[in-house]
Amino acid sequence: MPAVPAPEEPQQQRVVEAPLQPPTPAGGLVGVFQRPWLLRLLVRREMAKRYSASLLGLLWSYIQPAIRFTVYYFVVIGLIRQHESVPQFALHLFCGIVFTHYFSETASGGTRSIWANRSLVGRTALPREAFPVSSMLTAALHTLPQLVLLAVVCALVGWTTDMVGIVSGLLGLAIVVTFSMAVALFFSAVNVYYRDFQNIVSTLTQFMHFMVPMMYPVTRVMSVSHSHPVIYQIYMANPVADAVILLQRFFWHGSVAANHQLNASSKFPPHMLERGAIMLVVCLILLWIAQKAFTRLEVKFPERL
Amino acid sequence: MAESIVVDQVSKVFTMHYHRTLKQKTVATLRRLPLNETFKALSDVSFTVEQGESIGLMGLNGSGKSTLLKLINGVMQPDSGHVLTRGRIAGLVAKGAGFHQQLTGRENLYLNAAIMGLNEAETDAKFDEIVEFADIGRFLDVPVSHYSSGMFSRLGFSIAVHVDADVFLADEVLAVGDRPFKKKCMVKMQEIRQQGTTIFYVSHAAASVRAMCDRVLVLENGRLGFDGDVAEGIKYLHYDDDVESDDEESMADEELGADI
Repeated sequence: MPAVPAPEEPQQQRVVEAPLQPPTPAGGLVGVFQRPWLLRLLVRREMAKRYSASLLGLLWSYIQPAIRFTVYYFVVIGLIRQHESVPQFALHLFCGIVFTHYFSETASGGTRSIWANRSLVGRTALPREAFPVSSMLTAALHTLPQLVLLAVVCALVGWTTDMVGIVSGLLGLAIVVTFSMAVALFFSAVNVYYRDFQNIVSTLTQFMHFMVPMMYPVTRVMSVSHSHPVIYQIYMANPVADAVILLQRFFWHGSVAANHQLNASSKFPPHMLERGAIMLVVCLILLWIAQKAFTRLEVKFPERL
Repeated sequence: MAESIVVDQVSKVFTMHYHRTLKQKTVATLRRLPLNETFKALSDVSFTVEQGESIGLMGLNGSGKSTLLKLINGVMQPDSGHVLTRGRIAGLVAKGAGFHQQLTGRENLYLNAAIMGLNEAETDAKFDEIVEFADIGRFLDVPVSHYSSGMFSRLGFSIAVHVDADVFLADEVLAVGDRPFKKKCMVKMQEIRQQGTTIFYVSHAAASVRAMCDRVLVLENGRLGFDGDVAEGIKYLHYDDDVESDDEESMADEELGADI
């Protein structure tokens, strides 16, 4: 290493206004959102990374749901003939797919996020929550055009809403966002310790397509509430199922009502809004627990990566 | 003068895991082999650094220098004791910049600056200066995975040194740089030192520590073995007889130090 002597002039006094504090980034999730520029770069990076060396690039985000929609549509129509009892069945299916897709992408992307960014996590002091959060935002950006498409389709076929519909829509959205964030945050941390979790989460997200009312109406589930009360309660305890029910009430039911096609399948579970409100509180508590767990687990990230 | 870094009774223990899968763990348990072992990287280290001081951190390989730097940088948290710092910290720990392999130099530059707390306008303002110093030319828009190790560390150093930090950390990052670039870096470090930035410089080259630092810390197996005057610190480590040794690199360093 070459030795270079100090400059002749005397050293300047540097006055630092900042307080003396621990150098580790503080603030958790809140701290991440206070650094929007960093978050924007991470999201941009995430988008760029996913489609690097890919010919179709961003289009893949639309091809996959489109293919899934087509397959489900023809399977369900051809084999189960669901469309005969469920009016606006395509809309019912699409609404379910959009929000389940958002959940899946946040959960699986978020779970892998810290491990995938280990070169940064081990060398730089940035709030680690930024990685699951940027996965969540990336998933949201990918889902947004699908949501717009859903709204356009609703507008084209006719759509109306009421107070219950609006409250349902907002509650459903809040639940799915909070719950996916909690899942992404928690599993991103435990995945650093055991990579099994990314497989567990991707298996769970596969199941999710069958555990929410999109290929069948929620009335099908309601019909077993007396014969199989435990299974019914377990089904309804799934935050994603609850969110999809509420969002079906907003999108699909609005369209069915506008076309005067209400029938036996367009009913919703009793106490839907109360259940939704409780579920939102539960999800917020889950998010808080996920943050606590993350903070404890993150201490050992650098040596585990 | 204000305190810049306070390290108070800091210890850090690493756990080494030998067996990762359930099967391996079961077999190890049956054979009564240890599942993991702990290793004390730092034990009870305490010191205070004033703003504007330039510290040479020395010690043999594995003595805990990088761990200490990671704790000061905030990448790690101590298991006991506490680390406090004042102001923006920039620098390179763990022998390399925190870059993302698939991103281009330009994207990594913005990301790294953002991690150190710069916003878009501040980065734009320093962009040309950073690129010019790093001297990576047309490789700016190429993913850093295609960079040579020299280019990689040049860009990392250039970003760290240009973000106007209050504390600057350098962990043997320049080891892969060529001689002209090393020289350029040392000049730049003297410049920021002269501007009152606290410097933490890890090096095995006695001559450059002598020129750059006004205090030396020596770590020995995770303990602070020496804290004080540069010449005494180098003597403490027995690095001062390097000149007589046949190690060409350090001899050359000593010569260069004498020339200038």
